[in-house]
Order: sequence, then C-alpha cells, then structure tokens
Amino acid sequence: MNRLAPTVPANSAGLPNGSGAAAILAAGIGSFMVAVLAIAADNSAAVKSLLNFYRPSGPLSGVTTFAVLVWLIAWGILDWRWRNRTVALGRINAVALVLLGMSLLLTFPPIADLF
Amino acid sequence: MEITARSLWTLIHGMGFGALYLLACSGVLIELYRRYSPKSECPISPRDEKFLKVYLVAMAALAWITVLTGTYIIYPWYRAVAPVGTVNLAGFPQVMLKSSPDTIGWHSLGMEWKEHVAWLVPISITMAAAVFVRYGRNLRSQPQLRAAILCFTLTSFLAAGIAGFFGAMLVKNAPVEGGRVIHLMHGE
Repeated sequence: MNRLAPTVPANSAGLPNGSGAAAILAAGIGSFMVAVLAIAADNSAAVKSLLNFYRPSGPLSGVTTFAVLVWLIAWGILDWRWRNRTVALGRINAVALVLLGMSLLLTFPPIADLF
Repeated sequence: MEITARSLWTLIHGMGFGALYLLACSGVLIELYRRYSPKSECPISPRDEKFLKVYLVAMAALAWITVLTGTYIIYPWYRAVAPVGTVNLAGFPQVMLKSSPDTIGWHSLGMEWKEHVAWLVPISITMAAAVFVRYGRNLRSQPQLRAAILCFTLTSFLAAGIAGFFGAMLVKNAPVEGGRVIHLMHGE
C-alpha cells in the first residue's frame, strides 16, 4: 500500500490529501467489485446461490451488498492508513479510474459474457 | 384515470428519483468544473461551499434511494416467475420480454446492464460528496482531488443515464403492472 501511495510534500494549503485519496481508491475498488461479483454470479451456480441474499431480488441482492461491504471496509482501512498523510495522488487516481472504467465495461453484458 | 401501485412505484423510482438525479448531476458538474477550478478567480463564500456540500449529500441520498427502490421493490416484480401455463404475461415483464426474439434483447442487454451499472452511481457520488465535505473550497488547491471527483461524478452521470434509458425502454416494452389500482380522477 505504501508503494502505491508514497508520502509526498503537502500542497500549499497544507491539508493532507490522504483522506480524499482513500475515498477515491475505495470507490474504484467498490465499483470494480460490483462488476466482478456480477460476472462470478453469472458463471458459477455456487456463487449465484451464495449471493442470493434476498430471494425476490435474486443474486443481485448479494452482488451489491457484498460489493458495498468491500467498498466500505476498503475505505475504512485506507482512510485509517492515509488520513494524516499527503500521498502521490496521480498514481492513486489512475488506478481508481482504471477500476471505474473497467467496471463500466465489465457490467456491459456482451463483454461480461466473454468470461 | 387510474394507475396501479406497481406502476406508481416505477414512476417514483424512474421519473422521481432517477430523473432528479440526472438533473442534479449537470448542476454539480458545472459548479465543480467552473468554480472550483484552480484558475477560477471567483471567490467562494462559506455559504456557496455549504450549499454544494448539502447538494452533494442530497444527491448521494437520492442515488441510494433510487438503487434501493429499484433493487428491492421494483426488480422483484420485474422478475416474478409466471406459473406454468400462464397465457397472459402482463404481470411478468421479464418472462414477457424473453418470450419473443424481438424483445429478449431488452432483458439480456438492457436489464442485465442496468441492474449492475446503476450501482456504480451511489458509490461514485457518495465518494464525491465525502471528499467535498472534507475539503470544500480547498479543492482549488488540490486539483487532482477535484479531477477525480469530476471523473467519478461524470461516470455516475453516464451510468445513471444508461440505467434511465434502459428503464424507460423496459417500461415501454414490458411495463411493471399489478397491485392495488389507484383512481386518480374520474373522466367526463
């Protein structure tokens, strides 16, 4: 985690950007989890059954609940580690945006069906 | 003039929460792009800052309400299983769409994409709201944070647009109907 976010000098305002970076990366991770879990539920009967938290909504309930949990946990951990630090945000932004872009693509059924 | 309870919920979910979110998105994108740019010379008053904080938190609440009503109230009606031998599929939108090669794409592409991509919206906008609440006007001196918020908000706009478009087309091809009939008014 430190390699992804080496500490850099604070900006002119002096407010550490670590909290913001944590929220951004966690949002990328959470979004990506929605896509990954949706594909997993689509390809595996066991995962599909496992994620069927609320029968009327089917596996969608588990896919989204689990993704939201992963997002919040990742956010909590990253914020705890980076809160008082100023990190190299460029690299974190790039990773988060790639994850977000992949989530958009991987939720598109013709692409999801390739897996 | 009457409407069924399920239609009313669909209307509240799509035309109420969803459409309102899309409208709100354009406002926040312009505000973040113009006023919080490091190049902007326009001063940001505490009142302006507070307004945008409340606005973004309201958008996040709207996004969560939209996906939760969609997933836990409307989607179960959409995917209701028709008993064997059912001829009239009006109360079973998913079955109705899958019953014809002309409409199956609205389910296999439209609903399959909509039900997942919509969940990127609350995650993205909650992040944007949290970061803005934490940094506020300091975003002017944190251009990378501002850029990330803008990208995530723009993506949430796109995702909400995809979900909204397919929602409208699904309702057009196989409306979610049923439940209590609500009489709105009597005609002449």
